[in-house]
Amino acid sequence: MKPRAVLIGVLSFVGLGAMGWVLPRWTVFLFSLALARGLAALSVALLMRAGLVSFGQSLFFATGAYTAAFMVRLLGVREAGLLLVGAVIASMAVAALTGLWITRYREIFFAMLSLAFTMILYGWLLKAYWITGGTDGLRIPPPTVLGTAWSVDTLRSVLYEATLVCTAVALGLIHLFLESPLGYALRAVRDNEVRLEYLGSSVWQVVYWAYVLAAGLAGLGGVLTALNVGHVDPQLAYWTTAGEFVFITLLGGTESVLAPLIGAVVFEFLRTYALKYAPYTWQMVLGGMMLLLILFMPRGLWTLRHLRFRKAVS
Amino acid sequence: MIDTLVVIGTDGLIYAAWLFLIALGLSLIYGVLRVLNIAHGSFYALGAYTAASLIGLYGRRDLWPYGVYLMIPLAALAVGVVVGPLVERGILRWMYSREPVYQLLATYALFLIFEDLTKLVWGVDPIYAYAPYTLLGEVSIGDITYPGYSLLLVGTAVVVGILVSVFIRRTRTGRIIVAMIEDPEMSMALGINVPRMSVLAFSMGTVLAGLGGAMTAPMIAVMPGMGAEVIVLAFAVVVLGGLGSLEGAAVGALLIGLLRAAAVHLFPVLELFVIYLVMALVLILRPRGLWGRMEVRRL
Repeated sequence: MKPRAVLIGVLSFVGLGAMGWVLPRWTVFLFSLALARGLAALSVALLMRAGLVSFGQSLFFATGAYTAAFMVRLLGVREAGLLLVGAVIASMAVAALTGLWITRYREIFFAMLSLAFTMILYGWLLKAYWITGGTDGLRIPPPTVLGTAWSVDTLRSVLYEATLVCTAVALGLIHLFLESPLGYALRAVRDNEVRLEYLGSSVWQVVYWAYVLAAGLAGLGGVLTALNVGHVDPQLAYWTTAGEFVFITLLGGTESVLAPLIGAVVFEFLRTYALKYAPYTWQMVLGGMMLLLILFMPRGLWTLRHLRFRKAVS
Repeated sequence: MIDTLVVIGTDGLIYAAWLFLIALGLSLIYGVLRVLNIAHGSFYALGAYTAASLIGLYGRRDLWPYGVYLMIPLAALAVGVVVGPLVERGILRWMYSREPVYQLLATYALFLIFEDLTKLVWGVDPIYAYAPYTLLGEVSIGDITYPGYSLLLVGTAVVVGILVSVFIRRTRTGRIIVAMIEDPEMSMALGINVPRMSVLAFSMGTVLAGLGGAMTAPMIAVMPGMGAEVIVLAFAVVVLGGLGSLEGAAVGALLIGLLRAAAVHLFPVLELFVIYLVMALVLILRPRGLWGRMEVRRL
């Protein structure tokens, strides 16, 4: 990474962190949600690097969220850090199982099978109401962060800072992963699987580990959402939730680890205002935007970054 | 025991008929255009809404009561003729040269748009159109009584299956479509108007989805969100049978229909699970589905 990029990264991180104490509470809340969604979108973007579109990342999103809820209710864990670790491990464990099967498929098969998996979880969450609370879901009492029970006023900001730190760490790790040989192999899967096999890599392994890693990311996003909202419900596992992640990814782009996050922030505010001004047509607005993006800006908002440079050259 | 088996068999058959109607269109569109149409669920919902409205309108006039059944195919045709060409010419044709990923996303975008469009036109409250359902009364088979409408559903599925099969195999247009599935470039070279055929095939698929919805409307409360559920089921059926295969859709629908009925009567908690379990098993054993063909991967 260039020193300038690191500097910009650190500065924006500090700036975002300061926002947690300055901005009104509802904006902080929106940013927390946006970051959590951004992580889920990043997990979609990670798989998209390999040319795989997942319409089922909500499976891990919901697994993460519900794991936290179960840990609070059944094991009595209150510490946010433990909940985070537990949720990520649970999501990756689920992925380690489903991955054995799903990573053999590509394109629409991969997309629709991932969708089918998340619908299985959704069905179970609805039916097993004695454990999962059915359609009502479960409430998560305010967690302790770093062993301290924060007051109601500060908890919102503390959770935001925690979300921000988690996001930054996850972004760094994914960036390192993408620059590693495995990360490059992932791109090669998209371009030409057969040649990658001839070069001596195991395509299956590359896809499998990317899939498990992506699940961990989505799970992290899920548990962060659950802690910030304080409630989980089966809608988290419904396939349209995963569809939103895909939309965010498309909106932001997949070229950088930052792009899905930017997409998520734009999406969250877009949705908030669309819900306010066009409550019955906000999905239509999203759909229309998505079509325009596909037709005219298939690499997402990240493309805008290049505009400035092109101008400077000419 | 025997009673339970009979109930499972008939329930399964009825459910299979419903699944077949929905899955057939999805399979047809995939077969011809190689696009997996997520918006298929919306077309289904549109069909249901249109049918519910037409049935309501018809019911208010003092007309021959059985004429209400005409409203169902009418709704399906209306959806197909209006929406099909509009979507294919307006949006999808720009997607054919794009990666499959973008095609999938485009149909997903369409799904979102139609979801709100139905809310704008018909509102968010459930609509009921029971007239065709109650009109047929009940039919007894042995000790078990069934709504006559369920039998009509099975009959419709069989007739539609035969009609589509005859159209594809025996008519000139049908054979042209088959040729297009085999090799679009060659068919274009031979003077086939591929864009026109694409519109035709897509609209046919849309009519079928609309028919599925229109047939369903009298049985349920028509309300928002009904399209989102259906698309997953239809996909499961089509994948089971093999994408783009007519027989496949029929066998897939039967298999899933019967197994679901068995699960509902024997292990209710497994209802959703069993569908995907079968899909999983079939895909492990035959990745292209029961009737699917292997596709050669290009290097």
